[in-house]
Amino acid sequence: MMRYFLRRLGHAFLLIFGVSILAFLFTTLAPGNYFDEMRLNPQIAPETVAALRAQYQLDRPLVVRYASWVNSLIHGEMGFSFAYNSPVAPLLLVRARNTLLLTVTATVLAWGIALPAGVWSAERVGRLPDRLISWGTAALLVIPDLALALGLLVLAVRTGWFPTGGMASVDFEDFSLLHKLRDLALHLALPILALVLSALPLLVRHVRAAVAEVLGAPFMLAAQGHGIPRRTLLYRYALPAAANPLISLFGFSIGALLSGSLLIEVVMSWPGLGPFLLEAILSRDLYVVIGGVLFSTVFLVTGNFLADMLLYWADPRIRTKSGAR
Amino acid sequence: MRLRRSVAKWLVVLGVLHGIVVCAGFFAPYDPAEQDRKSPYLPPMRVHVVDEEGHFHARPFVYAFRLRQGTFDQYEEDAARSYPLRFFVRGARYRLLGILPSRLHLFGAEDLRIYLLGTDAYGRDQLSRLVFGGQVSLLAGLLGAGITLSLGLCIGAVAGYYGGWRDDVLMRVAELFLALPWLYLLFAVRAFLPLTVRPLAAFFLIVAVIGEVGWARPARLVRAVVLSAKERDFVRAARGFGAKDVYLLRWHILPETGSVLLTQAAILVPQYVLAEMTLSFLGLGVPEPVPSWGNLLSSLQQYSVLVSYWWMYLPTLAMVPFFLGYLGLASSLQERGPAYKIERRSLGSLT
Repeated sequence: MMRYFLRRLGHAFLLIFGVSILAFLFTTLAPGNYFDEMRLNPQIAPETVAALRAQYQLDRPLVVRYASWVNSLIHGEMGFSFAYNSPVAPLLLVRARNTLLLTVTATVLAWGIALPAGVWSAERVGRLPDRLISWGTAALLVIPDLALALGLLVLAVRTGWFPTGGMASVDFEDFSLLHKLRDLALHLALPILALVLSALPLLVRHVRAAVAEVLGAPFMLAAQGHGIPRRTLLYRYALPAAANPLISLFGFSIGALLSGSLLIEVVMSWPGLGPFLLEAILSRDLYVVIGGVLFSTVFLVTGNFLADMLLYWADPRIRTKSGAR
Repeated sequence: MRLRRSVAKWLVVLGVLHGIVVCAGFFAPYDPAEQDRKSPYLPPMRVHVVDEEGHFHARPFVYAFRLRQGTFDQYEEDAARSYPLRFFVRGARYRLLGILPSRLHLFGAEDLRIYLLGTDAYGRDQLSRLVFGGQVSLLAGLLGAGITLSLGLCIGAVAGYYGGWRDDVLMRVAELFLALPWLYLLFAVRAFLPLTVRPLAAFFLIVAVIGEVGWARPARLVRAVVLSAKERDFVRAARGFGAKDVYLLRWHILPETGSVLLTQAAILVPQYVLAEMTLSFLGLGVPEPVPSWGNLLSSLQQYSVLVSYWWMYLPTLAMVPFFLGYLGLASSLQERGPAYKIERRSLGSLT
């Protein structure tokens, strides 16, 4: 157990390290930087721009910059934001928390719906409920995420059922705790709905396929012959047997949801990493972009790590394999 | 390769849809950049067959819009004169397929510009922009998928065929690319490229960015196929006869990857069209005045547009058939095709 755990953990850290190097490599390919616009301004002396560049070490070679960035990472700063004139980490943490709130809730909800729906559909392959679900997922698959998000936004604006934009009402600070939670939930509803609807069809389809495959296996027939009740049969016997591909899917689904949330955050003005990153890209705020990308990687790698741990717990074959090594 | 029936069906559907977009000049009544400053945000014109007095007309017609009294953006139909729809009319110049000069359009009307999907802030015809925008978006998707698949094929073939340290290095890098959420990756790569460029340059820029970001998954699939193919008897036999690596790869091993690549293409193209839409929507893609499906929707970022001018949302509905076509093609290709097992194992159809 410990060895498997440590190897996976080491793997995760290597990945994050690799991504940070990749991000830095891209920065050297970048033409122009934050201070380029100043250079066009006749009021600012070229020496000032050069001094600023030197202050932020933009004139140093890549290796030196990377080293100093790692140093600032260790000190919990992750570089310096030119636009906000402050260390990157605290800026990012707030946004990352909001993104996390959105994606974690969406992941839980999407899987909470997809598992029963997929099992239900797999049990009735070819019959009406199954076909309805298939049609539903196909319909959701062909509607672009962007269209879905915009459509929901139009709906919300027209009906006034949900607040649009932001994550809290203006007078949020004055609310009682219960009121605060309710306000947050209301603001969460729309982006969550868009995220879940865009992630759901693939999950349902994969769950259905995996469970349908298991249902045809001889051991299921044997279990049925023993008179085990249907619900126990489906959820205690079939689902664990089908768990292996689904757990890998879980890791991947986090990546898909993170990507989805990036767009939906911008469309619905949720104050997460998405709009922040977009703004940083438009203003060439180098370290913020690197930090944002790195944060998303950390989320995804954590998700995959969790999936690996789940797999270890769910699939005895992996336990014996890693034990043998 | 023998085409299954369902695959052929979806190919025909996609062929027709792409045909419309390719011949955009003919199907679009106007030039996509032509402005009609007198009628901004004109709602879609309704096509009538029955007039005010209740008489039926065999030839459909539209009414012109006029400003409602006392408002500046509310229009109402002016039933005083009807404008019959004419088919195969001569109108704005365009070049069919970029070569053949022509003035023939599918439909139009005399003395009136007709806007079946309404107009945008500059009075440009939304229908024309939609059809022409398809050219940009679909081409971006197709070219991007082409780049991804070529990259994936080369890298996967090298990794699978030569194995050893090359395999290790390439697959570790592939894991790195898979470890990033693809939209973040797209953003990151786009972030470090110039922001304001000419439309053509911007187009190729984002095609390159989109195409380069997704290579890891096809590379892994190709590698898996190559790994199993290189141990097949006929490949060993050919090697025994002294076939060189390049010959073996070209004639015996890579043809085996055909169905995997085809399936991947059917999955990647719509995904990349979406990627282009997303980038252009956010203002990082193809800039105005060139229409693309993404910047067609970008005006919806303003609340006022989203709330007041519902027809600006209509183009999204027109995109659905394209995605449906590609989804149908992908799933009928995956149905018990030889690639099916490998696809499932490595979750090739995801995201």
